[in-house]
Amino acid sequence: MAIKTLLPGRSPRGAPNRGAPTRTAKTTSGRDRAERKLAFRMTAPSLVIMALVAAVPIGYAIWLSLNQYSVRTAGLSRFVGLENYINALASHEWWTAFGQTFLFAGLSVSLELILGTAMALLLNLAFKGRAVLRTVVLLPYAIITVVSAITWQTMFQPKMGLVTNVLSTLGLPGGDVVWLGEHGYAMAVIVMADVWKTTPFAALIILAGLQVISAETYEAAELDGASKWQTFVNITLPLLRPAIVLAAIFRTMDALRVFDLPFVLTRGANGTESMSMLAYTQLRENRLVGEGSALSILTFLTVMVVSVIYVRFAGGNIRDVAKEEQ
Amino acid sequence: MSTLTAERPTAELATRPKAPKRRLRGESKLHPLVWVFVVAVMAFSLIPFYWLVNTSLKKGASLAQGELFPSQPTLENYLVVFQNPEFLLALRNSVIIAVVTTTVALVFASFAAYALARLKMRRKAMILTLILSVTTFPAIAIAAPMFSIWRDIGLYDTLLGLIIPKLTFALPLAIYTLTSFFKEIPRELEESAYMDGATPFVAFRKVILPLAVPGLATTAILVFISVWNEFLLAVTLTTSPEARPVPVAIAFFSGTSEFDQPLGTISAASVIITVPLVILVLLCQKRIVSGMTAGAVKG
Repeated sequence: MAIKTLLPGRSPRGAPNRGAPTRTAKTTSGRDRAERKLAFRMTAPSLVIMALVAAVPIGYAIWLSLNQYSVRTAGLSRFVGLENYINALASHEWWTAFGQTFLFAGLSVSLELILGTAMALLLNLAFKGRAVLRTVVLLPYAIITVVSAITWQTMFQPKMGLVTNVLSTLGLPGGDVVWLGEHGYAMAVIVMADVWKTTPFAALIILAGLQVISAETYEAAELDGASKWQTFVNITLPLLRPAIVLAAIFRTMDALRVFDLPFVLTRGANGTESMSMLAYTQLRENRLVGEGSALSILTFLTVMVVSVIYVRFAGGNIRDVAKEEQ
Repeated sequence: MSTLTAERPTAELATRPKAPKRRLRGESKLHPLVWVFVVAVMAFSLIPFYWLVNTSLKKGASLAQGELFPSQPTLENYLVVFQNPEFLLALRNSVIIAVVTTTVALVFASFAAYALARLKMRRKAMILTLILSVTTFPAIAIAAPMFSIWRDIGLYDTLLGLIIPKLTFALPLAIYTLTSFFKEIPRELEESAYMDGATPFVAFRKVILPLAVPGLATTAILVFISVWNEFLLAVTLTTSPEARPVPVAIAFFSGTSEFDQPLGTISAASVIITVPLVILVLLCQKRIVSGMTAGAVKG
């Protein structure tokens, strides 16, 4: 399980992988050169594809974003400098989308981490039926996001949905609400759909972290007379921190890019438009390539800044990932 | 040994090599509250599936009232879906896109991953960081310029025009997952191949690759699921049913207004494309788990 190498300070492998100690000194330098050459040849195709299809378009996007360019004007473009960015940053739409995306990410990622940790602890217990639970928990991962959105949409349909139905039968509030037609409720459904689909991912990463904590540590705690809660707070959580941070990073990056869920559930209505959706709308629906590109570059920068902050302050372990992988 | 601090066990753990995974808790002596939690988790995972299937089996009044059990279950919605040429076309498109992207990504990624896992190489850490950073790109940053470029060179609204950008996101996922699988293969095997006079590439092709088949299969499943699932590139770079894959077709199935949705048919279509993936997850559950945690890259 490579997650072990992703967690700092506890790498059973790593060092011995680096060289090839059994080789004789005589052949080493020649083989080294051959290996480096082969390594270059083997990585080059992937790097070239990624550079061509990621770096080049992003460079082109930056260029497009500095131009007034619309599909309607049939390719007529005019250099406008930072005008598209200034307009975007001065617009109400951008800041609403920005705020909503962060609200969504904050809510869904924190729920996923809490539920994911609980699920991981549960899956780590030895009990009959653990295998069944593991399979069941994994099922939402198999569903595509668009279908996940449709599933939650059907559950919250006015009158015909399961949740609205049950709520109104029990006389609870929420039964007569058009969930996807009001801001707070719509956001709640979007968050639930995301939590449902991706908590398994967080749970599995955290479970992998849980499984490298040694049984002796728990035995020692038991000898010390620690209660279950003390053991959890003082041992499990601190040792689990790297795994939780890792899950948080992957989930946050994903949540900040959210597109499918609001697209299917609300089409961005009722203040649920995300940054990616706003850029898409300008580009595809309003046919404004320059503005759309500026918005997508702003989205890109936002995600980058957040990932840098994460790596700097929250996750020293990501730097260790790079080191370990050497 | 009386106070319990976080530091002590950590320090102790660092000096201890490997420990067995089993907890000291005895089997099946669970607190009743834990069982409540087990049931809650199961319900949370399964009830939405139930409702989707339930909705797909209903029509007319039964659908409008939101019956908890379909009083007159009907397969009509499924028939409608299978008679819809756009859905069948989308299904074909998705299969082609996912199979081609997965195959190509696996071939290139297995080379790169082997070099990164096993060979001596300059700037390895930098290359890995770069590859990892591609996975954090928001797809919209690629989609916007691709939309313009593809329109100019005629790849807009074609299958190839979708496969190429999807490959960019499939490659880093595959490289990361495969790198950790290659690392798990014992080094001695290559060493003995070297002894027999094999070159590093021959050692890779004849010794390592056959042993890596389970890892390759796992990676293929993960990449396939993620390509099948991808939506933003698919919706930005296509416009006609001829190139639209399943997620986009389903998203546009929903009609224009929230209130006149063919909910039964959409649910049926959703069930149809979910069943194969659910079967895949049921069959390859262990592999998917090991792949997700090995690469520790987005699901």
